[in-house]
Amino acid sequence: MTAITTRIEPTTERLEPSLVWVIASKEIHDATRSKWFWLWTVAFAGLAAFMASVALPGSQVTGYGSFGRTAASLVALAQIIVPLMGLTLGAYSIAGQRETGALRFLLSHPVSRSEAFCGTYLGLAISLAATVFGGFGIAGIITVAQGGGANAASFVRIAVLSWLLSISMLGFGMLVSTFTRRSSAALGTAVFLWLGFVFIGDLGVMGTSVATQVPTWGLLVSAVLNPVEAFRLASLSAFSGSLDVLGPAGSFAVDTFGDSLGLLLFVNVVVWAIVPALVAWARFAHGGDV
Amino acid sequence: MIAIKDITKRYGDVAVVKSFSLDVAAGESIALWGPNGAGKTTVVRCILGLVSFEGTITVGGLDAQAFGKSVRGAMGYVPQELSFYDEMTVYELLDYAASLRRIPLDRVDEICEVVDLTGHVNKRVRELSGGLKQRLGIASALLPDPPILLLDEPTSNLDAQARDAALKLLQGLRDDGRTLIVTSHHVEEIAMLVDRVVAMDRGEITVVCDPSDLAEKLGLRAWLHLILSNGSAQHALQVLTDRGFTAKLNSRGVLVEVSAQGKGEAVAALQHAGVEIKDLEIWR
Repeated sequence: MTAITTRIEPTTERLEPSLVWVIASKEIHDATRSKWFWLWTVAFAGLAAFMASVALPGSQVTGYGSFGRTAASLVALAQIIVPLMGLTLGAYSIAGQRETGALRFLLSHPVSRSEAFCGTYLGLAISLAATVFGGFGIAGIITVAQGGGANAASFVRIAVLSWLLSISMLGFGMLVSTFTRRSSAALGTAVFLWLGFVFIGDLGVMGTSVATQVPTWGLLVSAVLNPVEAFRLASLSAFSGSLDVLGPAGSFAVDTFGDSLGLLLFVNVVVWAIVPALVAWARFAHGGDV
Repeated sequence: MIAIKDITKRYGDVAVVKSFSLDVAAGESIALWGPNGAGKTTVVRCILGLVSFEGTITVGGLDAQAFGKSVRGAMGYVPQELSFYDEMTVYELLDYAASLRRIPLDRVDEICEVVDLTGHVNKRVRELSGGLKQRLGIASALLPDPPILLLDEPTSNLDAQARDAALKLLQGLRDDGRTLIVTSHHVEEIAMLVDRVVAMDRGEITVVCDPSDLAEKLGLRAWLHLILSNGSAQHALQVLTDRGFTAKLNSRGVLVEVSAQGKGEAVAALQHAGVEIKDLEIWR
């Protein structure tokens, strides 16, 4: 018997995109086999189709007006369902792999934690894109078929904003996932966060503003600090060009930022899409035992 | 090949591995032996960089924490149980593991033949028996043809037949000249497989010895179940207690407590007294 080689040559310790893609591909493949993923996809596409088909027939309007009704319905749908989708997928991702031992198996290979995180994130972000754009695609086809396709660019913008919201929530979910060892605890926390973002955040802002007479600019700031509200503002701005629904805060925003308001609101959503994922990555890459 | 220097691993205030040091030469096979909670699996996880720790580990001259990817590239890891990726087929899992190591796919077919998995490549992981899952774990670890193999309780979930097959496979890998680190709490399989045993208890090394000396050094004892011809049990009990053994009657014969190296003495004592032993079993 002769001992096999004793010296190991160092290879790169840097993040390798090809490895990230291997892990992302596996996540996408897993998503296509996951009943939860298909449940979300079918539910979102079905509800989007339903919204699109009922938004027009009773209205007796076509063109921009019909598009506005459909878009408003889809924004309302997206701000409820898309955060829940992203949060639960993200929360289960790392905690679920940790619980089953799959994460340990993956990291026993020449794969860094950053590659494991980025691969998982990328795979889930692409899977969410399929769900969100699939849902909006179906709604778009129905809208056009019913004569409401006057503002396709705004429609696409809202679809993109919805996807950005989904990956923002994915980042928050993965951040939760890095703190918990059990997937059930991660999912519970994710649902609690969802309630906070979607319901408590909105009602809380309204209630606080009434009770404490928050200044107009304060209302706007509190709205952009909630990623779901940030999505709603950017979407409203994208299809109507105004923020009248926000009352004085909307008028204040339009008066203050003028034509650049739409871009600023979009950038705000982009920031929300990036920051939670960056924090989750930093937490996962630099700490915690597997 | 592997130098572990003064590593300590804590979970909160509790140290599960305490000032652990060990040098493993290239081609050497080592067993980390101990009861559950002794810290042997944690040591393996430290080598793989799966957990943070105090102290240093170098593998093939590289610091395992600073060059984690390079070090893991030279190692194959067989987990205790493949209880994940249940929906993947055997081939898909090996394909994935090969992609993570940039190994050509021909190697997957090759390794399936080596571990006798060729007939199972289209089965889902959840459909595999414990023995087949173990072989799949070994196949995945062997894909890069690594000089070092880390095996965490490789036979713990296997029946006797599957255990024998797995041990034969592991003996072959040892004979190839690979460096093996095996965690186990089975004294018999350690004796078959490794050159040196590191016994651990509560995170510390208690004994380092040759596998054949382990039971004696640790004072391990066993019960010998002697199945005797009809009517001789009472006489056998008398003979054994007269010779200082702790013994008791059993429905099919006599149970006698023996030291690891003293099994033959009890048998010889009975034969000398003319007691016919029809069969015997060792209970631990």
